[in-house]
Amino acid sequence: MVIPASTAPSPQPPATPHKGLKGWFYKRFPVEEFLSDQLTGYYAPKNFNIWYYFGSLALVVLGLQLFTGIFLTMFYKVGEATSFDSVEFIMREVQGGWLIRYLHSTGASFFFIVVYLHMFRSLLYGSYKAPRELLWLFGMAVYLALMAEAFFGYVLPWGNMSFWGAQVIVNLFSTIPVIGGGLVEWIRGDYGIADATLNRFFALHVVAVPLALLLLVVFHLVALRRTGSSNPDGIEIKERVGPTGKPIDGIPFHPYYTIKDIVGVGVMFTLLAIVVFFVPTLGGLFLEQPNFEPANPMSTPEHIAPVWYFTPYYAILRAVPDQKLGALLMFLAVAAFLFLPWLDRSPVKSMRYRGWISRTALAVFTVSFLVLMYLGLLPAEGLYVILARIFTVLYFAYFVLMPFYTRIDRVKPVPERVTYHAHG
Amino acid sequence: MADDEVDTSRRKFLTTATAATGAIGAAFTLVPFITSWKPSERARALGAPAELDVSKLEPGQMTTLTWRKQQIYVVRRTPEMVASLAKDEGQLKDPKSAQSDQPQYAANEIRARKPEYLVLIGNCTHLGCLPKPRFEPAQPELGANWPGGFFCPCHGSRFDLAGRVFEGSPASVNLRVPPYAFANDHTLIIGVDEAGQKGVA
Repeated sequence: MVIPASTAPSPQPPATPHKGLKGWFYKRFPVEEFLSDQLTGYYAPKNFNIWYYFGSLALVVLGLQLFTGIFLTMFYKVGEATSFDSVEFIMREVQGGWLIRYLHSTGASFFFIVVYLHMFRSLLYGSYKAPRELLWLFGMAVYLALMAEAFFGYVLPWGNMSFWGAQVIVNLFSTIPVIGGGLVEWIRGDYGIADATLNRFFALHVVAVPLALLLLVVFHLVALRRTGSSNPDGIEIKERVGPTGKPIDGIPFHPYYTIKDIVGVGVMFTLLAIVVFFVPTLGGLFLEQPNFEPANPMSTPEHIAPVWYFTPYYAILRAVPDQKLGALLMFLAVAAFLFLPWLDRSPVKSMRYRGWISRTALAVFTVSFLVLMYLGLLPAEGLYVILARIFTVLYFAYFVLMPFYTRIDRVKPVPERVTYHAHG
Repeated sequence: MADDEVDTSRRKFLTTATAATGAIGAAFTLVPFITSWKPSERARALGAPAELDVSKLEPGQMTTLTWRKQQIYVVRRTPEMVASLAKDEGQLKDPKSAQSDQPQYAANEIRARKPEYLVLIGNCTHLGCLPKPRFEPAQPELGANWPGGFFCPCHGSRFDLAGRVFEGSPASVNLRVPPYAFANDHTLIIGVDEAGQKGVA
């Protein structure tokens, strides 16, 4: 095929009403267009409820982690011989160092609390369903990057749980057929978890994964701007637009939701401050006791458990008597979320208009997740193993049976407009 | 063909060829970045064989040493301990060590060169924790039927006095046996045998 060479004129820079220095600046840097696209011109459904706080809260916690993390990097000395001591140096001798470190360690747990609530919101209101499949997948990628980031971060203080946690997690890769053994040696860079391992995990924790995380968050937000936010009624507000071309059930994200979210940020930081100042380890949940002694390759802690946000998957791993199958099921437990948009065959999005089967399934899944979380913190013995097996089955049933129960479930009619009651 | 027209098929071919060449070059450039993660020359040199004088062990006693960042368990088994191994057979996942990782000379029921000395890599074959020695039979935490062996506190794997895994453990294979040899009656060398030194170039 032959096409004529382009003769189109280069586009003129858009006009700006501003004069002087501001006009000069805006003509060269589209800050107004950007703010309009992202905030004042972005219309979000007016019927958001409390579940819609957690997206912006996650962004705030990400900022907190980056900020506190940069300061920790200024005092932390990576290395088998120096890591543990430098963390103690931050805790005892850097002025205000204990606060920076506790903000970072508590921030990590808060990140997962906020992200789990954000994900539950999606399950509750069907936010992952078409046309938001890609938005959901980018969100899951953020979650995976966050898990990697949290794992690497937990190794850095080089406490005894850091060491043995790394040992257990890295050895999971040895279950991969054929390449497993070589792969584990490659990840560690030594014949055991060693200085080389710690050093590369540091590079990944402070440079590689945060960059990937930021990029994925941008993808997540770009995809959100295309489809728009979902809402508790699961109605597409873009389908009903007013004379201005804007959705009649939408309001500009700024100032309406930015102001509302500031209240959420205030509540979150209040809770964060309570943990940081009064119970920074939260009884071993946010920082485990064995991590207050240095890494010791000669002594396994009596009971190895990951931090709470990984324990549901850990409980699944331990519930299976076969090692390879256990590792595979643990991997599938995370991966299952990726398939949700295609497993869910319900004609409606929101639980408000779904029948009892879908509601029961979500309730059973949520309880299973929480029970597995609790069981993962306990030793794997006796009744706990049996319970872990039962709840592992229920966990997977939610996903595997979803195409069936969502199809036969009796749904209610979805209203034309969002349900909204202005406050009196 | 007029001067202001573009031959798109030619352009497409050249674009694809350039992109493919670039991609191959980029893939080869990745090689040093990938190999940089392999154990360094220093790590490999530090992985040299380790020696132990086993004459200092009392019968029924265990000692540990480090070889390649791994805990090596050396147990001097009593004749009673060796004799008890035959009774475990029925409860084991891999009694003949067919699925397990050990040198040829340890691929037997006693999993050792000499029945008296058991040499194992201490890290549990499940997820790498260190199983604890529980050699006395019928321990309170392991029940009256416990024949003696190793118990992993992390995930509950149980092994007998030859490092063979019991049924019902999360680990699926027996504890690994490192390459080892006896330089003389009492000097045990770990990390080297007739087949040479493992993995060190």
